[in-house]
Amino acid sequence: MEKNKLTKVDLIFEDDGKCPTGVLDKVKSMNPDEIIMNMIDSGLKGRGGAGFPTGLKWKFTKGENSFDKYVVCNADEGEPGTFKDREILDKVANKVYTGMAIAGYAIGAKKGFLYLRAEYNFLLKKLQKELTEFNKIIKEKGFDYNIEIRSGAGAYICGEESALFESIEGKRGEPRNKPPYPTVAGLFGKPTSINNVETLVYTTIIMKYGVEKFKEMGTQDSRGSKVFSISGDTPTAGIYELELGMTVEDFVSEFGDGDTKAVQVGGASGMCVPRKKFQDMIIGYEGVPTGGSMMLFNSTRSMYNVLKDYLEFFEEESCGQCTPCRVGCRQLLKGIESVKRGEKHPSYLEDLKKLAGTMKLSAKCGLGQSVANPFISIVDNFKEEIIY
Amino acid sequence: MAKYEVNLKINDIPVSVEEGATILGAAQKLNFRVPTLCHHSDLCLAGNCRVCVVEQKGARALIAACTTPVSEGMEIFTNSVKVRTARKHIIELLLSEHNSECTNCYKNGKCELQSLANEYRVNENNFLKLVNFKDYQVDRSSPSIIKDDSKCIRCQRCVRTCASLQYVSALAVAYKGDKQKISTFFEKSMNSVVCTNCGQCVNRCPTGALVEKNYIDLVWDAINDPNKHVVVQTAPAVRVGLGEDLGLAPGNRVTGKMVAALKRMGFDSVLDTDFTADLTIMEEGTELLTRLQKALVEKEENTALPLMTSCSPGWIKFIEHKFPSLLPHLSTCKSPQQMFGALAKTFYAQKKGLKAENIVSVSIMPCTAKKYEADRPEMRDSGFKDVDYVLTTRELAMMIRQAGIEFTELNEENYDSIMGTSTGAAVIFGATGGVMEAALRTAYELVTGREVPFKNLDIVPVRGFEGIKEAKILLQNVKPEWGFLEGAELSVAIAHSLSHANKLMTAIQNKEVSYHFVEVMACPGGCLGGGGQPIPTNEKIRRKRMAAIYEEDTHLDLRKSHDNPEVVAIYEEFLGKPNSHKAHELLHTHYTKRNKY
Repeated sequence: MEKNKLTKVDLIFEDDGKCPTGVLDKVKSMNPDEIIMNMIDSGLKGRGGAGFPTGLKWKFTKGENSFDKYVVCNADEGEPGTFKDREILDKVANKVYTGMAIAGYAIGAKKGFLYLRAEYNFLLKKLQKELTEFNKIIKEKGFDYNIEIRSGAGAYICGEESALFESIEGKRGEPRNKPPYPTVAGLFGKPTSINNVETLVYTTIIMKYGVEKFKEMGTQDSRGSKVFSISGDTPTAGIYELELGMTVEDFVSEFGDGDTKAVQVGGASGMCVPRKKFQDMIIGYEGVPTGGSMMLFNSTRSMYNVLKDYLEFFEEESCGQCTPCRVGCRQLLKGIESVKRGEKHPSYLEDLKKLAGTMKLSAKCGLGQSVANPFISIVDNFKEEIIY
Repeated sequence: MAKYEVNLKINDIPVSVEEGATILGAAQKLNFRVPTLCHHSDLCLAGNCRVCVVEQKGARALIAACTTPVSEGMEIFTNSVKVRTARKHIIELLLSEHNSECTNCYKNGKCELQSLANEYRVNENNFLKLVNFKDYQVDRSSPSIIKDDSKCIRCQRCVRTCASLQYVSALAVAYKGDKQKISTFFEKSMNSVVCTNCGQCVNRCPTGALVEKNYIDLVWDAINDPNKHVVVQTAPAVRVGLGEDLGLAPGNRVTGKMVAALKRMGFDSVLDTDFTADLTIMEEGTELLTRLQKALVEKEENTALPLMTSCSPGWIKFIEHKFPSLLPHLSTCKSPQQMFGALAKTFYAQKKGLKAENIVSVSIMPCTAKKYEADRPEMRDSGFKDVDYVLTTRELAMMIRQAGIEFTELNEENYDSIMGTSTGAAVIFGATGGVMEAALRTAYELVTGREVPFKNLDIVPVRGFEGIKEAKILLQNVKPEWGFLEGAELSVAIAHSLSHANKLMTAIQNKEVSYHFVEVMACPGGCLGGGGQPIPTNEKIRRKRMAAIYEEDTHLDLRKSHDNPEVVAIYEEFLGKPNSHKAHELLHTHYTKRNKY
């Protein structure tokens, strides 16, 4: 087996002028079904972390019979340790807008919304200026489509697609019941395709270079490349576009500091991979999926503190509407504190793991469901650090 | 498009239900009860508490039975190991953030969380207790409702009730995560926000987080005070609800038993709000005819028409907050409760040779807003607080139990006199459309000299559960003194629950519709669905109560307010005539514009 399969890629941030107008002409020359078929064929999966096939999402939305449909770009990049969308919006916003226009053309939407997290409002002025220009260009090119930017107000939960819709609609950002899914009843109750910033840029890239070039990269289950936000105990923190399919071992040998004991893949809601599993764990949908956050921890770090920090985050950022998440997050946090202080027997951790299992099974949305990921993976692999 | 049947299996048993039905509905069809807390059949779907999670074959996660629609071929398990574990966890989690001092709780024995905990035998000590009593302050500011956040399980039934059923939104969700709570505008106290005191939230709260403010002990103290003469009045809707809290099925009329119980409890005089309901018809009917005369004969352009009823104190506070420009439309008549209170300490005192200050006036109401109404500063026209204590139907049931009275075994007894005689027209005040029907029975006869042209006096178009009802009644061959009404078509509308009131008022304000007379009741179904009635409430129960009300009307000899001999007598002996100076002094009131939030 090859020692290092890590390959750096330069597609997302590749400089191709002000506006990828050539792509739009190409899009215009194809019919929507062809574009959707291309996306399905490319194997592109959502880059926000959930990994839903983009082409299928578009196909479902297109298939709905409704006069009004929407494209929403999810730029509520709130996952701890993720900062790639900020860079994409800062550097190549036009590729994002282009992706939104392609999506709009494919599904038959006349309106797109970019939902920008409150913390990125410093980008707003620049984005708005670029957007005004872009809206003008696509109008000239004959697209019956325009994009608006909406700002969030600082809640992590609004990155959850249906809470995001509620927020755009001016309501309290709380996840909705599913079904119905966004492709059927999303923003303002209309069929909506909601895609991550990076996903939309890849649709632009696929339209520009063709499906084959994209498919050449990655694995059967994880096609293409992906932008990673790398932080923690690494000498080379930053944003890197890498081909999918590498193992955590490949990754750590490139970015680690020689003393990496664990990598938290996918942010606070992701999985913690301990050193003993580095070699077998593929970064991708067949192994550990990620929205791009890679946090490296070396032996100076207390995994108890890491987990406590995540749980404090979830305790505060749960919207509070469903029981498993609102109360479960508090119980997990108070529970490990109690064990640490010796007030609860270490065996209580097993009860808490079962509780985390219930949260994964019964919480209303992805937030509550995914708290079990860091909890179980950290408790299982670093039990001693939690107890003593 | 016709709905088609969806076939699925629940616990291996096949069932077909209509497309769009939820798993919960399908399970009910097979007599599988899936426990719920946030779900309520009167409200929109929530899926918040997750107690109703069930397992779907092939699905990774469990799904909420209350919100998930059925789909073809679905296989559901409502009691698998996975489900039981999760459900137990969820109940334990709820208990861990719940003030579980059940023996101190007003809802002890009537709490949905308590009964679920009992059913699942949860070991609540497993998880850490998260309630710190120092963090919670009980809001007792409202004269009607007590709000105790330490007992709240955030199911949001109250929020949905307040927003969608009542269009008030006094209660809303605030903050997020562990700090999430149900609160008010800028977290103000309950008595300083738009809360109408309707108590519909109290009716739907599964725990003791929202309960009525009870005055049980104060009433016992009054009864046991030898220097006090305690009179009690009972509202029309109480007699069709009370039985539910005392072991009878919904829809039982318990008027005579209730009177017997009240006498056994030691009230000095057991009287009927229905008497002043009849009086209301005389006063309000006269007011309507006066306004019509002003508009039609004297051509006074700014005569406030339609006239709107003023019996429902939740509705009064709603219009004061939301449509202050329409306040002149409200009838100046006090509600029957307050008319009764004012007369108890004047007319009644005089007739019985009692001093007003020695009379304690108690009312039994299906309503929590009545507690607030009795506290309004305008309601002291007797020189004293006209109604001293207002008890809900539920509080009365509690007192009957405390008194050790075997309610179901009681023989029926009659109301005392004076102010204890009433008609069927007064009884139907308890149902939406009832005031309208009673008013029409009297006004039509007054104007034409004939009974209303409906079989058996039943004015069917104003009855029923439709949110907004409309009716027209033609006035022909009128008596000479009402000549100006000859050929006029009286146009009326009825709304119940404040969301429908809001729709109707918006249309009236925008001049999209025009009526002569409008009845509004704050609660769904009218007073029979009031915030003080037995819990639970749902449309099925409300329908049974409504049927009982109309049954009560049919069974009475007198069915028109103007036929009530005590009403005739009080005008002769005390008030003079309807809308007289004295009547205005005691029986009428005024309204106040209030803030929007």
